Amino acid sequence: MTVSGFFSQLLEIVFALALAPLLTGWINQWRAWLQNKSAPSVLQPYRLLHKLFNKESVLAEHASPLFRGTPYIVFGCMTLACAIVPTLSTDLPLSPAADAIALVGLFALARVFISLAAMDIGTAFGSLGARREMLIGFLAEPALLIVLFSASLISQSTSLTTIVETLAHRDFAIYPGLAFAGVAFSMVSLAENARVPVDNPATHLELTMIHEALILEYSGRHLALIEWAASLKLFAYSCIGLALFCPWGVAEAGEPLVMLLALPALVVKLAIGGIGLALLETLSAKMRIFRVPEYLAAAFLLAVIGMLVHILLAA
Amino acid sequence: MNELLAQFINLLGAGLLMLAFAMISQRRILSLIALFTVQGAVLVLSTVVVGFVTDQPHLYVSAGITFALKVVLIPLMLHRVIARLDIRWDVETLFNIPTTMLIGILVVIVAFNLAMPIAKLSTSLTRGTLGIALACVLLSFLMMITRAKAVPQVIGFLSMENGLFFAATSATYGMPMVVELGIALDVLIGVLILGVFIFQIREQFDSLDIRHLEKLKED
Repeated sequence: MTVSGFFSQLLEIVFALALAPLLTGWINQWRAWLQNKSAPSVLQPYRLLHKLFNKESVLAEHASPLFRGTPYIVFGCMTLACAIVPTLSTDLPLSPAADAIALVGLFALARVFISLAAMDIGTAFGSLGARREMLIGFLAEPALLIVLFSASLISQSTSLTTIVETLAHRDFAIYPGLAFAGVAFSMVSLAENARVPVDNPATHLELTMIHEALILEYSGRHLALIEWAASLKLFAYSCIGLALFCPWGVAEAGEPLVMLLALPALVVKLAIGGIGLALLETLSAKMRIFRVPEYLAAAFLLAVIGMLVHILLAA
Repeated sequence: MNELLAQFINLLGAGLLMLAFAMISQRRILSLIALFTVQGAVLVLSTVVVGFVTDQPHLYVSAGITFALKVVLIPLMLHRVIARLDIRWDVETLFNIPTTMLIGILVVIVAFNLAMPIAKLSTSLTRGTLGIALACVLLSFLMMITRAKAVPQVIGFLSMENGLFFAATSATYGMPMVVELGIALDVLIGVLILGVFIFQIREQFDSLDIRHLEKLKED
């Protein structure tokens, strides 16, 4: 491990932890503007985290250690996911630890633990949320995997850093297969991050909620960690999307100065992506939970067709 | 440059395929017509690009005809038909859309497998699009089979013609002008006849469900 590699890795983790709540705040602000509401400050998520960290954590009497440990596991998973995805530099010492498939596994691990914790207390809402979360998860994961496979087919590797290096530093070419994969990936990330067509992040206490139902029993620093992890998950998904479909400006190994350029590029790309997400959330309506399998099946099929198109056109 | 334009044509072909899938999964008639219009526009764009790449001015003419017919005239006629029949907000109950889409993906695999050896014989820049065009045609077929109402079936028929036209322009750089004019006229007449037909079905059965046509005589 080189010194510059160590630094770029450290920088990435710090930036992910620091910027993730900002991205959430940015999206909330734009959504409020687009819906003609007066918007909360961009820094609102930080204030929320600050408030929650200073509050006492209340635990149910029957809560097992699993319930207490889950926020840390989820937070750890999401931080590691952010560390693996190459956002600033492809010179990441941690990236050989996990390729694209293991990344999906990381998300799955977090999902399993948060669902178990939701059922642990034994409230009706928790079990309901856990069921829905698993329903969405098991349909979204294969689609996400196939999207990552289509990108791997182009670069002949499932390692995310290799994918980004090949996609960013080749001659400019249009891959129709990636267009399909891009649409499928957007659909999957909306579902995975509990955004509007699948779940409404603005609701609290509604029968239709999924993410909020899972974390209803958490409070204080536990809730803060989970909220932070949710921001990190959104950040990680945005970065995966940028890495696969818009990888320009990422620094390579041995050019630490390019990272100075990579950071503003990343911020601009995330800002534009955030506005896009807010626009999408404003324009679409939340669908019934029984429509979600249909929606995710469509995402899966698009991803598969993207792969087929790539194979056909490459032949 | 030409390499990039060829890739752009491939991308447009992929867009056509995506639209064909969107049509299969669409329940509302109005959205179906909107999707058909977009498909026509993509087709026009791809024809223009092919005309530019291969330097064949007559493709611009056929792009113009396609635009007039499939982006303006036919959607307008369809809108008039559904307005007169008052089925503007009709939502069709299909059997299980995910199943249809799964069948659709098998259809795509079959089409790609069929087209691959044929495309290998060709030397044109965009030979890969043959499989995509074939898949579009078969998907529109599938749409005609799975729909119960008359108007979506007509749209399926028209979108099948879109797929054929795309195959003709992108894989073989266009048919002779006479053939293209003939096909355009055929489609126009076809839509007129089908429009009349739809009204007749409605008169006879008070419904556009074509299952009524299976009965040969009244009970």
